Amino acid sequence: MTVVIRQGQLQPAALKLKPVVWRLQPESFKRALQYVILPLAILVVWQGLAQAGLIQPLILPSPTRVAATLWSMLVSGQLEKHALTSILRVLQGFGLAALLGIVLGMAIGLSSTLDRTTDLAVQVLKPIPPLAWIPLAILWFGIDEPSKIFIIFLGAFFPILLNVITGIRNTDSKFVELAKILEVSRWKFIRQVVIPGALPAIMTGLRVGLACAWMCVVAAEMIAASSGVGYLIMDARQLSQTDVVVVGMIVIGVIGKIMDDLIRRLEHRLIGWRVSYQGE
Amino acid sequence: MTSGASGSLVIQKLSKTFATREKEVGALADINLSIVRGEFISIVGRSGCGKSTLLRIIAGLENDYEGVVALDSQQICKPGLDRGMVFQEHRLLPWLTVKENVAFGLARIPLKEKERIVQKQIDLVGLTGFEKAYPFQLSGGMAQRAAIARALVNRPRILLLDEPFGSLDAITKIQMQQEILRIWELEGTTMIIVTHDIDEAVYLGQRVVVLSSRPGTVKKIVPVDLPRPRDRNSYDFTQVRRAIYKEFFTEEEQPFIYAI
Repeated sequence: MTVVIRQGQLQPAALKLKPVVWRLQPESFKRALQYVILPLAILVVWQGLAQAGLIQPLILPSPTRVAATLWSMLVSGQLEKHALTSILRVLQGFGLAALLGIVLGMAIGLSSTLDRTTDLAVQVLKPIPPLAWIPLAILWFGIDEPSKIFIIFLGAFFPILLNVITGIRNTDSKFVELAKILEVSRWKFIRQVVIPGALPAIMTGLRVGLACAWMCVVAAEMIAASSGVGYLIMDARQLSQTDVVVVGMIVIGVIGKIMDDLIRRLEHRLIGWRVSYQGE
Repeated sequence: MTSGASGSLVIQKLSKTFATREKEVGALADINLSIVRGEFISIVGRSGCGKSTLLRIIAGLENDYEGVVALDSQQICKPGLDRGMVFQEHRLLPWLTVKENVAFGLARIPLKEKERIVQKQIDLVGLTGFEKAYPFQLSGGMAQRAAIARALVNRPRILLLDEPFGSLDAITKIQMQQEILRIWELEGTTMIIVTHDIDEAVYLGQRVVVLSSRPGTVKKIVPVDLPRPRDRNSYDFTQVRRAIYKEFFTEEEQPFIYAI
């Protein structure tokens, strides 16, 4: 930002407080710094407390210790193996939830009869946490992959289903009137008005669903797993390897963020027009 | 596609009440109106006087009414392609381009024919070159033009306009009024415009129907026999406008205020 200072011209008070050095930095640099400053500060404080001996390594290992463990696990290929296993499970569970959630959601959204029929069942099942399903999952599907995928599926299914239904129900009545006047066929109406109109809600459902699916990974892998990030954490906890636990948590967080970013990209490609539509 | 057959509308003893929780609200009472094919009618009234309700009944969007509303001797009971409508918001589908929006109303026509018709309509409303634009890229006036193109693409017998230029700025509004007149002169579709802008009503209509408020009844029908193009600032125009103004506003005595 350039400020031309003329003789006698009043300068805004705020400008006087910022040193010239700061003012001369490019905007992008300043912005990048804002993103980074809080995590950096936390790391610095954390490291400081650990080195001063104020927190025991068992309770919370220092950042350097965690980084070292992370590095060794990365190098040995361990981390990759566990991460990929979990990602695969999440994708399977989520994929199933997305498919069923969208199909069922559309059917319920478009048919009042179906909505009324399924409403009670959905409302009762929805609040049950995926964790509570574990005993049944084991009984029904054994202790192998299917039971874990089932848990992950449950985590993602309800957010997707409910958002799809909402998206379809909230079709703008203005467009409904328009379609009536233009005598648009029901199929064309669904295809060209209802579904595109519901896409923002559907995408929201998918984003939330994916996040929930990923959060269920730890719970799912409690079912006698022998690989995966959730298993890693559980196993490390047994062995009091808190640093591994933290590494596992970080991995979950990072992968979760990457997955969310990917869906955001998809969202932008599919509904780029939404940004400007918001104003209406 | 409907043939541009007739387009004469007969309304007799039309009444409509809305039932709210406490009581019944009379929206329209005893409306009688005849509109001849190819006419341009303005309906003017205050907000809430029932003019939009009247238009919606003609469009078939409201059908719980008493009385006769008949298009070419057929009672209107639901919406249809023979009555096109342009709303105050353009109601263009945000995920379709201008071309796709205009084509939205066309059904079961071979692709080439569809292309031809759509292009013709787009040219008619002056949006040539903007076929691939999305609604959010258009200005208010342009979006309304697209909406008008869409409404006309099926060659309706009547075009209903519900305060179509209400959300536009004053200058664009005047441009759009000239545009709709141009289209009317080219296409000859019967047009009914509902507005609260008295100037607009007089500029556009061959007759101006003045509606009173709550319940809406036809207070007066003012014929506008001025030649086109009409000069908004001419004496004759002002005379007609004054006659309508009088229906809404009485001359107020300006009190003298002494100030020392």
